[in-house]
Amino acid sequence: MSKVLVIAEHLGGKLNPSTARAVSAAVAVKPDAIDVIVLCDSVDAIAAEAAKIEGVSRVLTAARAENAHPLATVLAPQIAKAAAGYSHVFAPSTTFGKDVAPRVAALLGVAQVSDIMSIDGSHTFKRPIYAGNAIITVQADPAHAVVATVRTASWAAAASGANNAPIEPLSLDIAVPTHTRFVELLQGKNDRPDLQSASKVVSGGRGVGSKENFEVIYRFADKIGAAVGASRAAVDAGYVPNELQVGQTGKIIAPELYIAIGISGAIQHLTGIKDAGTIVAINKDGEAPIFEVADIGLVGDLFKLIPELEQAIG
Amino acid sequence: MKILVGYKRVVDYNVRIQVKPDGTGVVTDGVKLSANPFDDIALEEALRLKERGGIEEVVVVGIGPADLTAHLRNGLAMGANRAIHVVTAEAVQPLTAARAFLKLIEKEQPGLVILGKQAIDDDASQTGQMLAGLWDRPQATFASKVEVADGKVTVTREVDAGLEIIEAELPAVITTDLRLNEPRFIKLPDIMKAKAKPIDTIEFSSLGVDAHDQLKITNYAAPTKRSKGVMVKDAAELVAVLKQKGLL
Ligand SMILES: Cc1cc2nc3c(=O)[nH]c(=O)nc-3n(C[C@H](O)[C@H](O)[C@H](O)COP(=O)(O)OP(=O)(O)OC[C@H]3O[C@@H](n4cnc5c(N)ncnc54)[C@H](O)[C@@H]3O)c2cc1C
Ligand SMILES: Nc1ncnc2c1ncn2[C@@H]1O[C@H](COP(=O)(O)O)[C@@H](O)[C@H]1O
Repeated sequence: MSKVLVIAEHLGGKLNPSTARAVSAAVAVKPDAIDVIVLCDSVDAIAAEAAKIEGVSRVLTAARAENAHPLATVLAPQIAKAAAGYSHVFAPSTTFGKDVAPRVAALLGVAQVSDIMSIDGSHTFKRPIYAGNAIITVQADPAHAVVATVRTASWAAAASGANNAPIEPLSLDIAVPTHTRFVELLQGKNDRPDLQSASKVVSGGRGVGSKENFEVIYRFADKIGAAVGASRAAVDAGYVPNELQVGQTGKIIAPELYIAIGISGAIQHLTGIKDAGTIVAINKDGEAPIFEVADIGLVGDLFKLIPELEQAIG
Repeated sequence: MKILVGYKRVVDYNVRIQVKPDGTGVVTDGVKLSANPFDDIALEEALRLKERGGIEEVVVVGIGPADLTAHLRNGLAMGANRAIHVVTAEAVQPLTAARAFLKLIEKEQPGLVILGKQAIDDDASQTGQMLAGLWDRPQATFASKVEVADGKVTVTREVDAGLEIIEAELPAVITTDLRLNEPRFIKLPDIMKAKAKPIDTIEFSSLGVDAHDQLKITNYAAPTKRSKGVMVKDAAELVAVLKQKGLL
């Protein structure tokens, strides 16, 4: 019998949309049950959200003061214990899931499958390697639980609303380590749509030239209601904070519309956007590799073109 | 205090990877190999911590085939005091690598282990977290700032929401993100000096590590390519096309 345990990701009392994407992957396993585990100091609001996701059989909660912040050292032993009896443990492939899932796998003594793109069978998965330049098919041993992270850009979020899964508190009753402590989270203040779930994203690269110039990108994004992203070069140069980086080692996203401005199109960047619906590239260099993958290309100076675009949009 | 650094050799990040037509792997013959970029960052951080004082030794660790020696010499030329080469002809997956690291830790007793946040060949992003779990010690992944003082390490982590700061007791495992530092270049005289530095060679089979439970890779395929699109002549045309597609 196959049963999937999905680790819920949340922040500030809200469920992260990545959780519903991980549930979609769980559905593709065709299991007998999908349970979502919520670990937090105060679980009620998050659990209520999770209970609405279609496909979820039960929501299991682990409420304790130590779970106030997502420390892998604290959460992993609880998840490993809760995993008894499950054939699969899935987490979203976000910084949260990437941090905690391998520790859970190690505690269970099993290998992990990272970044599942598709599911060919209950123990056969496809995942990208080499920045998405190759896709491998991997088989996990059915004798053990499969611990995996789900490449969120490959999976649409499971629908939410109609379901009303029961919520059950777990009594895990284990000591958790105290050697690792949360100090603080410095969150970028941002009223814009969330980069990982936005339907439109406007990204700027080194071509934007400075932190001040990046205002042009923000303004344009606001005009069309888009989230803002960036290349590594723009982040490294300090134009924008790290959480905006898109790519192999940043965020992997799949918006309906992606507009890359002043970005050359390095393979490490492209791997983060290859699932986008429509890619638009604006670059002054007509030979830039970004034009090889862009659905629509426009050659020219971004400082001239963006105001013109804004005017044309009206 | 001693720092152990993961120093994996991978296909250089500039190489355009080709999948073999028969689906058995990617082409690596004659392809440039380099240190995993995140491991160069890990080594640089260890060296900087040593330069600040309180660290006696920086040891680079490579698990891989017999010809890994030249690669480990680069780590020594960059400034590591010593290298450990765990020799195996088989590809080693993260859980196996973590188990091997744990064996080395038992012997070396480091205060800090610094690995890359991911190897850019398998893109797994697992080894550091698994090692910390097996070792039952703190993990601070995706580090962009590291401060060691009073038996503790304070790490700023790059997370999806921004920057998270955590504090951990030593010994601990850290994995590096891109913005932790900029690795130094190796200078010619250092290459000469590195020749005299020791490389301990350990046969993987002598570690007593269980490696039977790796994932089975049954096929390699090229990704579906996006096709080249159209060019528009100006801003007005771009907006018209996007509006027509219902995207604006
Ligand atoms: C291990 C590793 C991981 C990496 N991970 C990532 C990642 O996750 N994400 C990522 O993005 N990169 C990543 N990189 C970096 C990547 O290789 C490239 O260096 C980076 O993407 C380049 O950013 P860019 O396109 O903004 O800069 P550049 O390559 O410098 O391109 C700037 C572009 O702007 C154009 N331009 C300049 N001025 C103007 C103007 N006025 N108007 C219009 N166009 C203009 C230029 O023609 C040029 O094409 C990684 C690299 C390594 C080694
Ligand atoms: N074979 C290896 N030799 C040395 N270090 C390794 C090896 N495999 C993994 N590592 C370390 O673990 C990190 C993460 O690798 P991975 O979990 O494969 O993405 C790498 O950046 C290295 O620091």
